Amino acid sequence: MVDLAFLLVTFFMLTTKFAPEEAVVVDTPSSTSELRLPESHVITIAVDKDKRVFFGMDDDEIKADLLKQVGAKYGVSFTAAQVQAFRGVASSFGTPIEKLPALLNLDSEQRKSYKQEGIPSDSLNNQLIEWIVTAQSLSRKQFSKPAYIAIKGDGDADVPTVKKVISLMQDKNINRFNLITDLETKPVAGK
Amino acid sequence: MAEIQQQASGGGKGGKKRAKKMSTKIDMTPMVDLAFLLLTFFMLTTTFSKPTVMQVTMPVKEKDNKDPTVLKASDAFTVLLGENNKIYYYEGLLDATTKPELKLSSYDANGIRKTLLDRRRVNPGTVVLIKPDDKSKYKNMVDILDEMNITDQKKYALVPISKADEDLIKSSGL
Repeated sequence: MVDLAFLLVTFFMLTTKFAPEEAVVVDTPSSTSELRLPESHVITIAVDKDKRVFFGMDDDEIKADLLKQVGAKYGVSFTAAQVQAFRGVASSFGTPIEKLPALLNLDSEQRKSYKQEGIPSDSLNNQLIEWIVTAQSLSRKQFSKPAYIAIKGDGDADVPTVKKVISLMQDKNINRFNLITDLETKPVAGK
Repeated sequence: MAEIQQQASGGGKGGKKRAKKMSTKIDMTPMVDLAFLLLTFFMLTTTFSKPTVMQVTMPVKEKDNKDPTVLKASDAFTVLLGENNKIYYYEGLLDATTKPELKLSSYDANGIRKTLLDRRRVNPGTVVLIKPDDKSKYKNMVDILDEMNITDQKKYALVPISKADEDLIKSSGL
């Protein structure tokens, strides 16, 4: 029995991958699709029910470059410590780039209580697409394939916001999306 | 559990003193405790499965859409997603001259799914136009896309809702 216990411990230790910190609670709707989300190279765009848009990226290798490139575009520079902190934040965040340094200066406990307002994605100030395009091109360079784009919408999110995000990406010639859903058993179609 | 080795009572015979045999038993209890603690910890923190995804491929946006795909009215089947989880459908196309009859349906198995399957039996070339209202929920959109997967409907399109469609919902009073 002890042998078995140790076997299981080893198994779980090796297979476990800590769930990344989510900045926003999103209750995804369910669908019968059985496709699984890939393990890596995923860009997640979360839309919550207050119409806030969050961006997330899981590849550690390109996080630092991503932050620097997008920062440079908006004239925001980051210290080494902030770049380091971004590694933890990048899995899901929703602040405009101007406020990102302030978020990165907080420690992880304070960050949880920080109210993020969502990434601006309207036509005047479209930071969301900047993040996506930059992440996409870095991913292409680093892994020689584009990242997988997943949209994680809350069941109560409104359609116009989701459609806006989709059409923004269509403008940039990104036409393949994946909607993250929960699994539900497939009913039998027919009579 | 932890055993204490009892000192063997000194022999009376007073023979040769032998080197005392050390016990080979080690108390494993704390180690096993720790093993189970770790086991529990990893079992609870592990993320069991990755979420599932639904693939959607949108058509390439034409810069100047000179000749959009023309759809025959007989093949068209329009689904309107309204507010409060309502779903409507009509057959054919809506234009200035023809006003198709709007019907109310539901998301459950006997609702839109049955209608779709019946419709496909009559006309296998059916193209479904999905028009989500601005007040509909994202869940509705996922549900209807899912319905397309379930009924194996290959040809469908997400189309922005038009003013005429909104008016149709309003005037029908459903």
